Amino acid sequence: MRMSLKRLLPLALLSLLGLALAAGCGGEKKDEIKSIKLGFPIPITGDIPKVGDMSRKAAEMLKEEINAGGGLEVAGKKYPVEFLYEDNESKAESAVSAALKLIEQNKVLGLIGPQASKQAIPAGEVANANKTPMISPWSTNPATTKGRPFVFRACFLDPFQGPVAAKFATAEFGAKKAAVLFDIASDYPKGLAEFFKKAWEEINGPGSVVAYETFTTKDQDFSAQLTNIVNSGADVLFTPQYYSEVALIVPQARKLGWDKPILGSDSWGSAELMTLCGDACKGLFFTTHYAAAGATGPTKEFIDKFQKKFGETPDDVAALTWDATKMMLAAVQNTGGLKGDIAAQREQVRAALAGIEKFDGITGSMKFDAEGDPIKCAVVVKITDQGEFSFYKSVCP
Amino acid sequence: METILQTLIQNVLNALQWGSFYSLIALGYCLVYGVLQLINFAHGDIFMVGAYIAYFVATLFLGQQFGLFSADMPGWLVLALAVPLTMILTAAVGVTLERVAYRPLRRKGANRLYVVITALMCGLVLENGNLALLGASRRKFPALIEETVWDFGLFSVTNLRIGVILAAFLVFVLLQIIVTRTKIGMAMRAISWDRFAIPLMGIPVDAIIIFTFVLGSSIAGLGGLLFAMSYPVLEPYMGALIGWKAFIAAVVGGIGSIRGAYVGGFLLGFVEIMVVAVFPSTFRDLISFTILLMILSYKPTGLFGMAKTTKI
Repeated sequence: MRMSLKRLLPLALLSLLGLALAAGCGGEKKDEIKSIKLGFPIPITGDIPKVGDMSRKAAEMLKEEINAGGGLEVAGKKYPVEFLYEDNESKAESAVSAALKLIEQNKVLGLIGPQASKQAIPAGEVANANKTPMISPWSTNPATTKGRPFVFRACFLDPFQGPVAAKFATAEFGAKKAAVLFDIASDYPKGLAEFFKKAWEEINGPGSVVAYETFTTKDQDFSAQLTNIVNSGADVLFTPQYYSEVALIVPQARKLGWDKPILGSDSWGSAELMTLCGDACKGLFFTTHYAAAGATGPTKEFIDKFQKKFGETPDDVAALTWDATKMMLAAVQNTGGLKGDIAAQREQVRAALAGIEKFDGITGSMKFDAEGDPIKCAVVVKITDQGEFSFYKSVCP
Repeated sequence: METILQTLIQNVLNALQWGSFYSLIALGYCLVYGVLQLINFAHGDIFMVGAYIAYFVATLFLGQQFGLFSADMPGWLVLALAVPLTMILTAAVGVTLERVAYRPLRRKGANRLYVVITALMCGLVLENGNLALLGASRRKFPALIEETVWDFGLFSVTNLRIGVILAAFLVFVLLQIIVTRTKIGMAMRAISWDRFAIPLMGIPVDAIIIFTFVLGSSIAGLGGLLFAMSYPVLEPYMGALIGWKAFIAAVVGGIGSIRGAYVGGFLLGFVEIMVVAVFPSTFRDLISFTILLMILSYKPTGLFGMAKTTKI
């Protein structure tokens, strides 16, 4: 029994593959397109199912909206849009197979996703090698788009927040001198601290970062560093740390007599922050991609529609997926009519994406740089007295 | 000039607080070692368990958990209840470890090396047991007392900070009295001299050992409670690193000597804080442990340790 199963399995697999190939080839003979087909390789199962769920909901909402209006208008003709969701199980290996399946078998025009960098980096390689345009809404790692002309992203990169925070603190608090406290043993805070320092000294002159203090991961006592910061005469403290460290840093700073503003980065943006930090963090600011509370204009409309449809507040993944999908569709429209076979069409979409002049999304207006990364504005969030992360203002670099 | 003075004085205070925690843990290491010659590597994790017990006791009385009490109990009363309860419960954990892990080995006459390895494993069991039971998400220790900041111009302190420094000093004085001035203390010292002759004098060795663990673990519990109040984010691995460092502090002070453990803890606290105040934090462990290494190579028995000849 065991032997026969072992012998049967490759046979079964082979025949499946043959079937799949036949189906894939059979469906795509003619060049004329009936619908705009986009693929979503997203984590529907695995570690972060919520991310996949939110992406799918945002995409479904957009699809219904477009198809209700008769479809997407390209060169005077309306085409229905068709979205295909493929589970990448939140794994790097499955991300490759999911992307391949969408590209080769389903013949999608472009990919939206994967979301996390762990899957977006290998999937980006597949998309680029197969010359299929891809936008990762949520991946912040530079490697995702680096050297890959077909790969784009909808969120800003980590280093981008440094200049934004520096600009905001200078304008908002009238600060001239800044202090930085960061974990020197962790890539994300270290990179951000360096970019902040550089940007701050460009604005306020050399030597204006008066305290540049470090600690190492897992430290719990920051009293020596904070004493230096308090006595340095700085006007603002920037600490691009994760929420569990923020919950230790902020109260300790207050107890050592720091009564000036404290500013953070998108790593603050976890619901856990308020449980751990409590009252001490109220009234502080941090920079991030998007804020649900206090949003205005189209962002507010999106949030209201989403809430009405699904009964929950859209998070940053949903908002970025919405923007990424709309951007891809805008690029399809900008091609002025898709011509040739699928490979030629994909190339046209890529060129149109790279050539987008300005796209007004719900997470800010953006365009792509040469690397496929967006040039867009960040959102500054204020933590309200109710402990909500509320939109404060939009800051551009 | 004034800022330098300000920074210096403030850092002395920071170091006193940070050193207090090292001292409290080092005292526990020292007690058990002094009596059993056992390096209880699980001690740092008993400290962590103490912090968690304090968390559950405090949230229970504040009515945030289990719903047994209403939420109107004042913070000072909760603290007054939490201190003895945390100490008792943590002591129970320490004694359980002794009964379950160390005593059977001692009865079988196992080499001390095996007992030390067992202690290491017990520490890992405590850490990962906590991780499995309570999950990886961190806990926020509730604020029990209103922390007031007293600003003296040159430096600022909080009531909690002074409480921590005082508590460490009181524990030290109390231990010193127990070990040197009482009968039970004399029995403890006697066991460390000659464990085989002691039962012949009519001293119940097991009872004395249990008492030692009660003392050591309840101090760790108190340390855990104070630590959780000062750094109110709890996680299962919080005790591991600080425990290791406190052990080194105890060795540098002269392990087995109460005064040595107390001074060693403060010494490490001072060196760490002062290094960070001047150099980047990556230098902290490098410089502080180089200094401790130099002290040890100059005085191998530690600052207050006595050279002891091994009896055959």
